[in-house]
Amino acid sequence: MILRKLNLSKITLHLMFITMSLAFILPLILVVSISFTNEKWLMLDGYRFWPKEFSTAAYQYVFSGAGSILNAYGVTIFVTVVGTLLHLLITAMLSYSLTRPEVKHRRALTFFVYLPVLFNGGLVPQYILLTQVLHLKDTIWVLIIVYLVSTVNVLIMKNFFRTIPDSLIESARMDGSGEIRTFFQIVLPLSKPALATIGLFVTIAYWNDWMTASLYIESPNLRPLQYLLQSLMNNIGYLQSNAQASQSMEAAIGMLPSEGARMATCVLAIGPIILLYPLLQKYFEKGLTIGAVKE
Amino acid sequence: MKVITNTKPSLPNKSNRTIRSMRRQLPFYLMMAPGLIFITILFYIPMGGVLIAFKDYNARDGIFGSPWMDPLFKNFEFFFKSDVARTVTFNTLFYNLLEAVAVTICALTIAILLNEVKNKFLSATYKGSILLPTFLSWIVIQYILFSLLSVDRGIVNSAITGNGGEAINWYSEPSYWRIILPIAYLWKNVGYFSVLYVAAIAGINPDYYEAAELDGASKWQKIRHITLPLLKPTIIVLSLLWVGKLFNGGLGDWNGFYTLPNDAGALYQTTDVIDTLVFRSLKKINDYGMASAIGLYQAVVGLFLVLISNYIIKKKDPDNALF
Repeated sequence: MILRKLNLSKITLHLMFITMSLAFILPLILVVSISFTNEKWLMLDGYRFWPKEFSTAAYQYVFSGAGSILNAYGVTIFVTVVGTLLHLLITAMLSYSLTRPEVKHRRALTFFVYLPVLFNGGLVPQYILLTQVLHLKDTIWVLIIVYLVSTVNVLIMKNFFRTIPDSLIESARMDGSGEIRTFFQIVLPLSKPALATIGLFVTIAYWNDWMTASLYIESPNLRPLQYLLQSLMNNIGYLQSNAQASQSMEAAIGMLPSEGARMATCVLAIGPIILLYPLLQKYFEKGLTIGAVKE
Repeated sequence: MKVITNTKPSLPNKSNRTIRSMRRQLPFYLMMAPGLIFITILFYIPMGGVLIAFKDYNARDGIFGSPWMDPLFKNFEFFFKSDVARTVTFNTLFYNLLEAVAVTICALTIAILLNEVKNKFLSATYKGSILLPTFLSWIVIQYILFSLLSVDRGIVNSAITGNGGEAINWYSEPSYWRIILPIAYLWKNVGYFSVLYVAAIAGINPDYYEAAELDGASKWQKIRHITLPLLKPTIIVLSLLWVGKLFNGGLGDWNGFYTLPNDAGALYQTTDVIDTLVFRSLKKINDYGMASAIGLYQAVVGLFLVLISNYIIKKKDPDNALF
């Protein structure tokens, strides 16, 4: 009797979690399914969780290079890789130095780093600075510069560097290693777990960013993937809200990629995240203990 | 001579010491330089730009050359006299409070239940599924939502019409978004906090549970009298960090309010938050003055909220205070 009751509650528990997991995964599967469905069926039958007629036409279109998607992929990869590496380097150098007792004014400097959490000028002054003073509008660098430093990441990194024993740095100094060399050859290799965690978050931030491009980028060949996706969606949105216009627009559909191609682009934008997912999940859970609750 | 100086080293005089200390500090300053420079560019210089809120800004004269507004608070007046100010302030607070409460309750429930799943593989799989949306962009989620809610092809409308109902035009009726937006935010964020609470539960000393079991405590009693009380500090700190972000759309992650409703004007009444209004004023209308006035209003209230929340955190749990 007890055994049966136990099993019943266990089964309920797992059933609940299976249902919940489906609620988180099925919407994604829907997008994947649409991208593999023959266009004709999308028109006739709407979206389905399983393609009525399987087709890879959308992906062929995407990879033929017709929709400037490959170019957008290139922009996103460049921005993500360069941005993440620079972010990690800058953050590590800054937060390590802020923990060193040799730096006399480190308390004041730490406060300088934290103050922007309290008050910031907001979007408009930054926009004017980047466009009219630094003339970064419509360059690839503007996509990188806006996320180069994050106060919170400096804070997390600083907490991590505190755990590196001072004796290690001291003995390197005795061996005649300069401070900068000590940092690169001894401290950085020890910081791999913290760098990996922060790096994954920064990678995601760069990869998923559309807002910066939407404000600063005009040239079609500088559009990152997410921004390209957003402009494609704006077109659909326009068609949806103007039913009459959509008839004539769909007649002149040459300018818009097909529905399937849009969804295929979306799937390709998620792709790398899914591929990296086991790694992501692992470092995400690790990161929770490194950064404590300070997200 | 040499022998004598070696056995009796003279103390370096003050300027010598300064030079030596500077030489020791130099490599660190070199390493800090890029970070400090970018912090200055990205955060400090724009602080001066709040002047724009009081100016009749034009690009030719720049921030300092542009004439002052007459009266000085005209940009603010314009904003506060319109209904928009009330709408976006209400929406921002409404969705934030709802999200904070919903996410906390759901994440706690999920974490406690996940803790009961003893099979490691299954537990990791469940966690992995729930956590997935955390890593998706709001643009991708916009696509997902569209495949669910599209008027003519969406799966939800298909289900409704399939059962004899009438298709619903989700993207033109504002009231639906009062439910759609919180669900979308919950869907994206609940995984993050569930996993966070699971980590916190894992940190609880198992002796407590063993002792409770010896006393014949039921599962519910253990949750009620051990798990929840020991999670309380984490819950409080997280909530207080949110208090500091109450005036930021989506508790700082506002992009969904812009992308999910496709920035549709007909839906602003229930979807517009302070950040989306600033973004739109800048991007679409190019109204620098009003955009920075609204931004300043948000920043000033935000400053007070952060100060208040930090003050309380410092009292309750100094380790987690920001400064």
